[in-house]
Amino acid sequence: MARLQTGLNVMQFVLPYSGLQWSDLPFMLEGAWRTIMLTIMAGSLGTLLGVIVGWLRETFVSFRIGLIPFIDVIRSVPLIIQFILVNSFQSILGLQFDPFWIGVVTLSIYMAVLTSELVRAGLQSVRPELSRAGRSLGMSYWQGFLHIRAPLAIRTALPGWIGALIALTKDTALVSVIGYIELLRAAQVLINRSNEALLILAGVGLFYFVICYPVSLYARRLERRLAI
Amino acid sequence: MIEIHNVHKAFGSLKVIRGVDLEIKKGEVLCLIGASGSGKSTLLQCVNGLEPIQQGEIQVDGISVHAKDTNLNKLRQKLGIVFQQYNAFPHLTALENVALAPRVVKRISKAEARALASKHLKHVGLGDKEDVFPSRLSGGQQQRLAIARALAMEPSYMLFDEVTSALDPELVGEVLDTLRMLKSEGMTMVVVTHDIVFARETGDRIAFFKDGRICEVGEAWQVVNAPREEHTRQFLKRVLA
Ligand SMILES: Nc1ncnc2c1ncn2[C@@H]1O[C@H](COP(=O)(O)OP(=O)(O)O)[C@@H](O)[C@H]1O
Ligand SMILES: [Mg+2]
Repeated sequence: MARLQTGLNVMQFVLPYSGLQWSDLPFMLEGAWRTIMLTIMAGSLGTLLGVIVGWLRETFVSFRIGLIPFIDVIRSVPLIIQFILVNSFQSILGLQFDPFWIGVVTLSIYMAVLTSELVRAGLQSVRPELSRAGRSLGMSYWQGFLHIRAPLAIRTALPGWIGALIALTKDTALVSVIGYIELLRAAQVLINRSNEALLILAGVGLFYFVICYPVSLYARRLERRLAI
Repeated sequence: MIEIHNVHKAFGSLKVIRGVDLEIKKGEVLCLIGASGSGKSTLLQCVNGLEPIQQGEIQVDGISVHAKDTNLNKLRQKLGIVFQQYNAFPHLTALENVALAPRVVKRISKAEARALASKHLKHVGLGDKEDVFPSRLSGGQQQRLAIARALAMEPSYMLFDEVTSALDPELVGEVLDTLRMLKSEGMTMVVVTHDIVFARETGDRIAFFKDGRICEVGEAWQVVNAPREEHTRQFLKRVLA
């Protein structure tokens, strides 16, 4: 890492009793930024895909049955292995994607599977009589979906989805197995050099907390507001 | 006018409607009575096209309900229906429940829809419940809300499917009062009910349904006081006992 080298050579602002330097900060910030980007990209792509897949599974028997093996595999194989498999697969095909994109794709698919389960459960929780009532008032399928089924399904699915999003934030750390330096991997690099494991890990832990906590806080407020 | 001609309907191999002929004229109140499981609900659902039929025809103002080229979403605006179970949209206030379909289906403005909804809520005696969510309403209030919601589409016909059956006895009266009010305003109604007294007093005609067929149909007082069919007599004896 070029930046790491510079950090070692230019010895400015050495913290007392520590091998850490202020110049390590940009390196950590870069890692943090990558963690955030991975979460945002995989979170939004995965959710979008998951909503569509969840609706397909709930609406068409062919999708419900056809997707079962795929979903079981994604849910039961540890993510860390999925990263390695996707990465090896692209090498076999002779493709050369940035590890960032391998990470985004793998995490998105994982997130999509979790989201599709939640969307399905959400849609199932809406009494069919309510859709019937909507149709009897002259609403089309999509009008009923938009104004009745979706708002009610979201209320059921929201807590689980927030949980999945928070888990995803932490799971981004696993992208390091294919050589991508996100926050946790950056921390490891610094720990190896400075032997300040406790301090660095506490800082990194705090960072994860700082991005996850507002999400769950906001979710709790939203849940309360949507409560019926 | 609603015209039902020789309608047959089955769920898989279970024949539920087995050749029904019935006409409901404009301004008339027709009460449908009969044992549970005899197909009354199914018939109402066929009339507004929620259920397909296998044979026969149903026409509403000359439009064939089950014809391929019929715009059902449009036709259903003519037919209000209120079900036995409360079907208020739980995520919407009373006012929003009533305003939703006019706004979405008829595409009137939000302000107009709210004014319309407000008017219909007042009409059924829920003027002070506009901002209340259904979970805070009693069963009787929820059924009146459902009636207001259907009326807001300004239908020509109202179909009621045992709208008081799920209610506590002390709440039945307020809903039946609402139906009587609609009759006095000249609304054409088909009312499925177990309440023979209500059917005799409010219905113009009564049709007795048995095993997917109309066993007897006639003027309300006649069917109750002087039934022609032995089956009707037995049924009335059972429910009035
Ligand atoms: N969606 C359905 N699928 C299968 N069977 C049904 C369905 N709806 C009603 N049935 C059956 O059709 C018969 C008539 O039901 P219904 O019309 O509800 O009778 P009623 O309203 O007179 O009590 C019953 O035997 C009932 O079990
Ligand atoms: Mg019924």
